[in-house]
Formats: sequence, structure tokens, C-alpha cells
Amino acid sequence: MTVMEQRGAYRPSPPPAWQPRMDPAPLLPDAEPYRVLGTEAAAKADPDLLRRLYAELVRGRRYNVQATALTKQGRLAVYPSSTGQEACEVAAALALQERDWLFPSYRDTLAAVARGVDPVEALTLLRGDWHTGYDPHEHRVAPLCTPLATQLPHAVGLAHAARLKGDDVVALALVGDGGTSEGDFHEALNFAAVWQAPVVFLVQNNGFAISVPLAKQTAAPSLAHKAVGYGMPGRLVDGNDAAAVHEVLADAVRQARAGGGPTLIEAITYRIDAHTNADDATRYRGDSEVETWRGHDPIALLEHELTERGLLDDAGKQAARDAAEAMAADLRERMNQDPALDPMDLFDHVYAEPTPQLREQRAQLQAELHAESEGSHR
Amino acid sequence: MTTVAVKPATMAQALTRALRDAMAADPSVHVMGEDVGTLGGVFRVTDGLAKEFGEDRCTDTPLAEAGILGTAVGMAMYGLRPVVEMQFDAFAYPAFEQLISHVARMRNRTRGRMPLPITIRVPYGGGIGGVEHHSDSSEAYYMATPGLHVVTPATVADAYGLLRASIASDDPVVFLEPKRLYWSKDSWNPEDPQTVEPIGRAVVRRSGRSATLITYGPSVPVCLEAAEAAREEGWDLEVVDLRSLVPFDDDTVTASVRRTGRAVVVHESGGFGGPGGEIAARITERCFHHLEAPVLRVAGFDIPYPPPMVERHHLPGVDRILDAVGRLQWEAES
Repeated sequence: MTVMEQRGAYRPSPPPAWQPRMDPAPLLPDAEPYRVLGTEAAAKADPDLLRRLYAELVRGRRYNVQATALTKQGRLAVYPSSTGQEACEVAAALALQERDWLFPSYRDTLAAVARGVDPVEALTLLRGDWHTGYDPHEHRVAPLCTPLATQLPHAVGLAHAARLKGDDVVALALVGDGGTSEGDFHEALNFAAVWQAPVVFLVQNNGFAISVPLAKQTAAPSLAHKAVGYGMPGRLVDGNDAAAVHEVLADAVRQARAGGGPTLIEAITYRIDAHTNADDATRYRGDSEVETWRGHDPIALLEHELTERGLLDDAGKQAARDAAEAMAADLRERMNQDPALDPMDLFDHVYAEPTPQLREQRAQLQAELHAESEGSHR
Repeated sequence: MTTVAVKPATMAQALTRALRDAMAADPSVHVMGEDVGTLGGVFRVTDGLAKEFGEDRCTDTPLAEAGILGTAVGMAMYGLRPVVEMQFDAFAYPAFEQLISHVARMRNRTRGRMPLPITIRVPYGGGIGGVEHHSDSSEAYYMATPGLHVVTPATVADAYGLLRASIASDDPVVFLEPKRLYWSKDSWNPEDPQTVEPIGRAVVRRSGRSATLITYGPSVPVCLEAAEAAREEGWDLEVVDLRSLVPFDDDTVTASVRRTGRAVVVHESGGFGGPGGEIAARITERCFHHLEAPVLRVAGFDIPYPPPMVERHHLPGVDRILDAVGRLQWEAES
């Protein structure tokens, strides 16, 4: 007689049958990042698209260089350069339709500019002028987001709202590798998958969250693997291969628009410059690593492909450089003008209608400014 | 003219009616949160809304407060008017980053181009025997954040009117629902439920001459009870129900205290760094020459919210309020 039988009538039944809700295999990213340039797939890429990507890359690089110079001249409070990551920025913007929305982080000024935001207005936050210089509705670009990953649930909510209204709008949310550790990253992906919201999440894995390398950020096989746990596909792409990033993003956008739900894309790239001009990258990484990545430069990769295929000659390269130079000259000139801020604007947009308390404080500042102009201020 | 029967109704019923009327009047109003759909909310405030308006407009979300509020931000960006429920006061804390870094300041950082008309319903306060993390009074945190309106009803009629006003507001509103008043009943005319002052106006609930009790939300009935009890001791107390903590109605408070010359601020949340300190300072700044005694505060103790078996010792009750009123006889002491 077994112990259970001795105990009497209780007969445990087997647990209810369990099986996973879906086969996770199709959601898993490929083992290798997807590449187009330098492979057979390149022959199928649209020449016009490649030329457009090239022009935007060249312009983007010049923008990064110019903005970095402006920090040294004290014209920008800070600039987080995306040099080395331009392919992600440009492909992200160009994968969207006009009616779609972009949710950038603080490093994604280039994506905003590629979407049509005025280059000066895109720098408003970093200049220390009012926080957002552009009208988010005009180009459907949300304000550059400084807290990490908090813009991701906004993208989900907007995409969800658009679908509820019957609009086939897609939201693209950009985040860095460090941002994937934040709680909002998790909550956004979970909501997106549960709601099957038309959102694409693009992680620009540039190797470091300021100084912390990816190995200390996550133990996951890849950041794209995280998608499986939410029930959405994960894709891995070479982030310096503009053609590959564009193709993967365009696929995901198409799928989202067609009702196929969200996708998480990890683009493997590298931040050539320091985190910002205030950071000393030599403290946490070696020159040889940076040099390796310089050899895998997104502009050089695309230029090589275009030249090989006879789609770009010296005149074409010069034309792209000239256009970039003109943008930089215009940026320099306009950024060197002192913005005229009216201190009275401090009280204008806290509420639709200022509270009685803000009215009082407004009057106080007005009196202070008056005293200042009369020279009677203590 | 027909006479409409004025029937007793609970605050929870008035809130439900407000949500229903707002959803019927404006298709952009969406209710969302944990358990708000099929269950109708743990306090049943959203009861029947999913059935009447569909799950797209009254949505059970995943259990994630930052996600609930964060997605509501995106929905508001696209022209909807989300009304989110934070199931209990302390459950709202994970959403604070979204609230403070985005909800409160999106209008400001976009120079008025992207207002966020979001209503955040937060059942708050103690007195219902809730276990840990179910009884916090978190109004001071919300009050300290520019860009948010903070309102809290104390009557059935105000519950309806203030919630309608909050949903109609083009700015984010933290709508604090005093849990222990959910089942309180008032005579309320559901046929004419919109008679209410706009957000930002306090009301004198009881007129009096000898001192003013300034209070809001769950402490309003307690103060009214104290005022009745104080009559026996010769005090004729005025009771001001703030209704709105932000914007703050200095005019009503100042006028009352100038009339009575004495003031006690009463609330459940802790006194140190609490709303009472701000209110007392505002009164002192405006009424100094009218005051016969220092402005006193009767607040919860400066402790983490205690367990239910001893919460009655923490919550400001009639006796503690009357003790404070007794201490207002300042000239007798000096």
C-alpha cells in the first residue's frame, strides 16, 4: 500500500493541460543581423531609395559635425551626437508615410530633421531655448524625449487611438540600448502586443549607455530576443547598413499598418562620438574598438555600393556634399543669432488658463522687469 | 414646470453617472484602467460602461500604471480624452514619472501646441480598513507638480459636477476620490446634475462666526460634525470645503478667515510638508492683521499610513478638531 493510499480518499488529479499560447519560433530574430549592402540582396534595392538615403546620410553627418562645433562655441547647451548611427536615423524617418508619427529620444534630432523638422527648431531643446521648438502635429514628430523610454508608451497610445478612429497610422518609437532596461520599455511593449497596436520599436544599440557597455546592461542573447516574451516578432539588423535598416523598418511598418501588430527591431550600431560633448569616452573604451567601427561607416558602406553599381559618380557625391554644406552654413548662421525670449512667456503655457496664483506671480515678474529696466533693481 | 423627485444617491453612483454622461456626450472620452471593464472597477465606479459603450471605450488594460498613463498620453496626443483609473492611491506611484515628466508639462514644453486633456481618477485616503498601500493621501505630491489640476469632491453633487468639469478640462486633472465617501448618500437630483461651480472654487459648507475650518474631501463630513459638536461649547464654526487644491481659491478662504479671525486646516495626509502648511502660510500672508490666533493644522501623523486596527488613532476626528479649536483662544493663554 502506497503512502497516498494509506491517507484515504484523496486522489490527486493531473494538472490541467497546458500548452504555450503560440509557437515562439517565428518570433525569434535571426542569429545574424540582417544585411543588404555587400550581399546579393543589394541588387534588388531600389536605386532611387539608395540615392536618397545617401544624400540624407551625408547631410546627417554634416549636421552632427556642425552641431558638435556649436557646442564648443557655446551655442548649444549640449549635443548628443549620432555620428556613426546616421543610417538608423535616416532609415527610420524614411520608412514612414507622411501621416505616421515618430517618437524620438534626445539623440534623434536627425530623424526629426529627415522628417522635415526645421534643423534649428530641432535643436531648440538642446540650445536651452523653450523645450520643444517645433509643432509636433506639423510633421507628426513628438517632442524629443529626455527621460529614457517614457516616449514608448506614448507611441503605443497614439497608434492605438489612431486605429480606434479608423486611421491607418503607424507610430515608430526610437530608444537606445540603455532604455531597454527601463520599466516603461517593458510596459510599452506589453501594451502594444496585447492591443496589437500598429507600433514599431527601433532600438539603436550603439554599445553604451553613457559608459555602461551592453554586457552590463542585459543578459539577453540580443535585445531583439526580448520581443518573444511579449508575443511580437523581434528583428536584428546591421544598423550601419542603411538599405538593410530601411528594408526591415519598412517591412515592420507595412505589417503594423496592415493590422499585423508591433515589431521590435534591434539595430546594431556604434556611437563614434562620446555620449555628449560633456562626456569623456576614453575612460570606458579603447581606440581600437572605435577604429573597427569607423571601418564599418554607414556612409562609406552605402557610397561603396552605389559607386560599384554605377549609381553614384563624383558629381553625385559632390552634389550631396554641397547640399549638406549649404544646410550647415544656414544652421551656423541662424544658430549664431541670439534667440529673443520674453520672460513673461514663463507663465503662458502652464495651464490653458493661468491660475490666480500664476497671475500674481506674473505681475511680480512684470514689476521686477520694470524695475530692472528703470535701473532701480537692487 | 415638473417637479423632479430628489432621491438619495451615493457618491459612487454619481461618479458612474458622470462618466456615462461624459462618454455619451463626447465620443472622444475613453475610460481605461485595471478592472474597469467587465468588473466595473473594484469600487464599481465604471460599472456598466463597457457594456454600454464597448470595450474600445471602456478598456481593461494590462496591470501597469505607468503603461496606463503613458498610453493615455499618446491617446490624448491623437485627440482622445482618456479618463484613467488608478485602482488605489498607492498604486499610482509607478505612474509618477509619466505624470510628472510628461502629463503635467506637455502643454508647457510644446508652448501650448500639445495640451493633454487627461483625467486621472485616484481613490484616496483611509478609513475603510484597507491593508497597507490602500489608504494613502497623496495630494501633496500632486499639488507640488505645476501643470496639474487637483480636485477632490466631498458631496454627491460635487462628485458628479467636478468629474464632468475635469473630463471637459483641456488640462490634466488629478481627480481624488475619497474612498470612504463612496457610499455616502446625499439628496441629489439626477435630472439636473450639472449644477456645480467650475474647478478652482471653494464653497462655504456651513456659515459661522468664531473660527473657520478649512478642509476638503474625506475630512469635510468630519469637520461638519465637529462644527455641530462645537456649538455646545459656544463655538460657531464656519466650514470651507476647498473642492479644488489646484487652483487654490484664496478669495473664499481669505474672506472667511478675515470674517472669523481664526482658522484650522484639517486633512488626513501628514502635516509635515503637507497641504495644510501651504494653506496656513497663504492665510498668514493674506490675513495676518485679522488673525486672533495662529493658524493651526489638524492632520494625519507624519507616519506611513498605519494598519486598519489603529487607523482611527491616526485619522483626524471630531475630538482632535475640537481640541485645536479650543487652542484658538489665543488671547486667553498669553
